[in-house]
Amino acid sequence: MFIKPILEVENFSKTFMLHEQGKELPSSHNVFLKAYAGRLTAIIGPTGAGKSTVLKGIYRTYLPTSGRMMFTMENGQQIDLATADEHQILALRQNEIGFVTQFLHTLPRQPTENVVAMPLIKKGMERRLAIEKARETLAKLNLPERLWGISPATFSGGEKQRVNLARGLLARPNLLLLDEPTASLDPKTTDRVVELIDNLKQSGTAVIAIFHDLNLVERLADKVVELEPPIGTEQFFNDTRKVL
Amino acid sequence: MSNDKILEVRNLSKVYGKGCSKCFESTGPKHDTNICPHCGSVVAAHDISFDLYRGEILGIMGESGSGKSTSIKNLFFDEMPTSGQATFFDQGKQYDLFKLNAQQKRHLRNHHFGMVYQNPVLGLNFNVSAGGNIAERLLMNNITHYSDIRDRAIELLRRTEVLTERMDELPKNFSGGMQQRVQIAKALATNPPLLFLDEVTTGLDLSVQAAILDLIMEIQHESNTAMIAVTHDLGVIRLLADRTIMMKYGRIVETGLTDQILEDPQDAYTQRLVASAL
Repeated sequence: MFIKPILEVENFSKTFMLHEQGKELPSSHNVFLKAYAGRLTAIIGPTGAGKSTVLKGIYRTYLPTSGRMMFTMENGQQIDLATADEHQILALRQNEIGFVTQFLHTLPRQPTENVVAMPLIKKGMERRLAIEKARETLAKLNLPERLWGISPATFSGGEKQRVNLARGLLARPNLLLLDEPTASLDPKTTDRVVELIDNLKQSGTAVIAIFHDLNLVERLADKVVELEPPIGTEQFFNDTRKVL
Repeated sequence: MSNDKILEVRNLSKVYGKGCSKCFESTGPKHDTNICPHCGSVVAAHDISFDLYRGEILGIMGESGSGKSTSIKNLFFDEMPTSGQATFFDQGKQYDLFKLNAQQKRHLRNHHFGMVYQNPVLGLNFNVSAGGNIAERLLMNNITHYSDIRDRAIELLRRTEVLTERMDELPKNFSGGMQQRVQIAKALATNPPLLFLDEVTTGLDLSVQAAILDLIMEIQHESNTAMIAVTHDLGVIRLLADRTIMMKYGRIVETGLTDQILEDPQDAYTQRLVASAL
């Protein structure tokens, strides 16, 4: 049976124009990838290959320089994320597309459990129920209960990462983008994350994830896309590698 | 949020001075000035166009003199624009803002809009108590029963974390942060669908800033209020705004999703500004 991808990225490229330095900085070029409901597409490749750039392009934190990114919405309609109106992107972010980055930006003073529950509350879930679900997920990710009631601002890298993951996984978007979700986690917690991502896949979420750990790719990925640094990148990073 | 437009602004311009035919072509970021070299008029804002949707927070960002406050002051009728259109949509009606008469404008200001100024002196009446300030706005909305007014004032002050024991004091006895919270309570008194915020946290302690931002976010979640937040603070923009407009010398130089403006700015000026943030 032919399965239609929920997202089809065709010939995506991103070049940063740095006005101050008068330079063009290529980051991703000619990227093709597909994401399917219930499957995980892994992006691998060396540092500087533009892996995060692709995810940020899909989420529209970066404006793509060229290419198409056809996304099939819940209502069945297709939309090109590269050119979609900002309000459409905001609506998709709220309801259909999630992004777990390596960084956590939160409002000051918000307790961790509120931060995690917020996407559910925004979707209209009753506050108490949303908080309850947030706690369940935080417990599954081994975040100590004494931290739930305080702001994640002072947390360690691994703790922040778990808060970020809990929030992204709990929202159950149709498409979830993960940027090195287990980078600062211990093996035991990593196992829990693998389990949660697996559950999410089973519930029908399409996942695109960047991994450095090939062992994780083997455990979770249904498809692998390997990226290479774009031509012309070397000179900017003073790369001494021999280019053939 | 989709297709639920609350405000549409088209080609709004504001010139201080007599103006001439060359004002617009000789000012702006390209010319590095907003003062017309031919007639000396100040082009405070030119060709400002944007849409605002219900429940959305739009940030207007730029340094002093970029025209960001001018833009919202025109929409709140504190000033009259030189040219341009703005349409406000509410409950199935639409209002052509710059064609209304004085009474219609007053009606919108008192019932449908709220404004929080950087300087509380502009937004509060310092001759009456904190509670009295809120009562003023409620009276304009035909809530005239004393106990109704008092109950609503208490509710609003609680929500904005002002000690209700102090509601009968004059605002001048309050700290800056508390004056700002009374101002927010007053602006919210009529549950307006559109709120203008002009540098609301500028000049406040960091902890007070955080509390005010928290409060604004909470209001937005609870009441689905659309807001335009004018600020020069990138941190405030990052926390509050879904979309951001970047202004310089009275013009919009760039507009986009806030995270895109901050992480992938396209315009040279925006790039420099974002790169110099602490």
